[in-house]
Amino acid sequence: MKILLFARRNTKEILRDPTNLFFGLGFPLVLLFLLSVINSAIPAEANNTMFSIENTAPGIATFGTAFFALFSGMLLAKDRTTTFLMRLFASPMTAKDFIFGYTLPLLVMAAVQGVITFLAAAILGLPLSVNTLLAVLVVLPIAVLFVGLGLLFGSFLDDKAVGGICGALLTNIAGWFSGTWIPLDLIGGVFKQTAEVLPFYHSVEAAKEAIRGNFTEIMPHIAVVLGYAVVFYAMAVFAFYQKMKSDKG
Amino acid sequence: MSAITITNLTKKYGALKAVDNMNLTIDKGELFALLGLNGAGKTTTIKMLTCLIQPTDGDAVLLGDSIKGNPNAVKQKTNVSPQETAVAPNLTVLENLEFIAGIYGQNVEISRASAKEMSSQFGLDDVLSKKAKTLSGGMQRRLSVAMALISNPQILFLDEPTLGLDVLARRELRASIKQLKNKVTIILTTHYLEEAEELSDRIGVMTKGRLTAVGTAAELINQTGTANLEDAFITLSGGEL
Repeated sequence: MKILLFARRNTKEILRDPTNLFFGLGFPLVLLFLLSVINSAIPAEANNTMFSIENTAPGIATFGTAFFALFSGMLLAKDRTTTFLMRLFASPMTAKDFIFGYTLPLLVMAAVQGVITFLAAAILGLPLSVNTLLAVLVVLPIAVLFVGLGLLFGSFLDDKAVGGICGALLTNIAGWFSGTWIPLDLIGGVFKQTAEVLPFYHSVEAAKEAIRGNFTEIMPHIAVVLGYAVVFYAMAVFAFYQKMKSDKG
Repeated sequence: MSAITITNLTKKYGALKAVDNMNLTIDKGELFALLGLNGAGKTTTIKMLTCLIQPTDGDAVLLGDSIKGNPNAVKQKTNVSPQETAVAPNLTVLENLEFIAGIYGQNVEISRASAKEMSSQFGLDDVLSKKAKTLSGGMQRRLSVAMALISNPQILFLDEPTLGLDVLARRELRASIKQLKNKVTIILTTHYLEEAEELSDRIGVMTKGRLTAVGTAAELINQTGTANLEDAFITLSGGEL
């Protein structure tokens, strides 16, 4: 009951901010359409599928979830710095209520964002099938990672610092190392090796394999993402517990 | 009958004693003002009594429940209006009130009724559908206090509730607090001495973590041989007149 009440409050706080709506929904769609325009400008004889909708849609769906780090981090940081969280810490709410209350609405929003992104991709030519639904589910672990990172930073930093780290730094890292903007093979070297160690590229590849229907190829990629998600979400939970126990609110 | 019994309550941060061996009893329905200079230990005391932080030593029993032994029971019968305005900015006034009522266990119907009652009591009827962030500072502070009262707490902590408000807003909020006297046990911290004198039954003065004096305004003035509460407070805080 308390989890749902808190989740509903957090949903309203996020969705009633027009900036969040733009970055959460509008910006990924704009990027999808822009890449589609670029793709249509590439001559067919070039045989370049870099920006084909089958490649860009999974990339944009993954990249779009990066903004959920910004949403969760900003919300928590603002709740802390305005002492709203102190009021709630003094109430009968438990740590479980807080953690799930912050996380659940963002995961639902991530799923909705994924559905809308793939539907928009369908308008641009992506064939829809059960595999598309699987791709939406495959993108969710990276959303857990981003929400966890947001909660981790939001537990210690103020909203301006969270905005800088999650809004500028993290989204750029996630974008460039996902291989969405430029295929990793085109750059190669240390850049490619780094990208393969990080989870962003693997999330995109897992979604691509889901769309292609190569189900056995999904797990190796998603395992990497899940590993990162578990570690960073656990760190976020630990940080939040520590914050609850401290006197800083 | 006592509502709060504080025994040897202490909070240390390394070598610093933020609250040092506090002993105090507050009666049911009493409005107790806690005064002190910045850093005297008022907010730390409130944080311990609202179970936000654990004491290093000592304990406090609130209406039969220990803050160390049974913090969940304490949280059910207390509420706090923090030093800063603590409202959800993108929620409407009604949603803010209903949300707090809900997390204290009120169902939807009771939450709605409580919200209406609080909005009426605090003059928020005309702004119920407005987002909290669009309200003036005074109205936000009123909402913050109403949110602290909506759970029907038996003990209410008001941490500098009128800080930063203009004269009119401060007067209106004081009038609202006055209405609560004898109905709810209130611990109020404030830097406004006239506010403490006007509202409180008794006043406690904290200096460097220690509760150095407790009494009515008249008793503190007599005790220090001063002309008014401000002079008494300065004397008790270690200042020079």
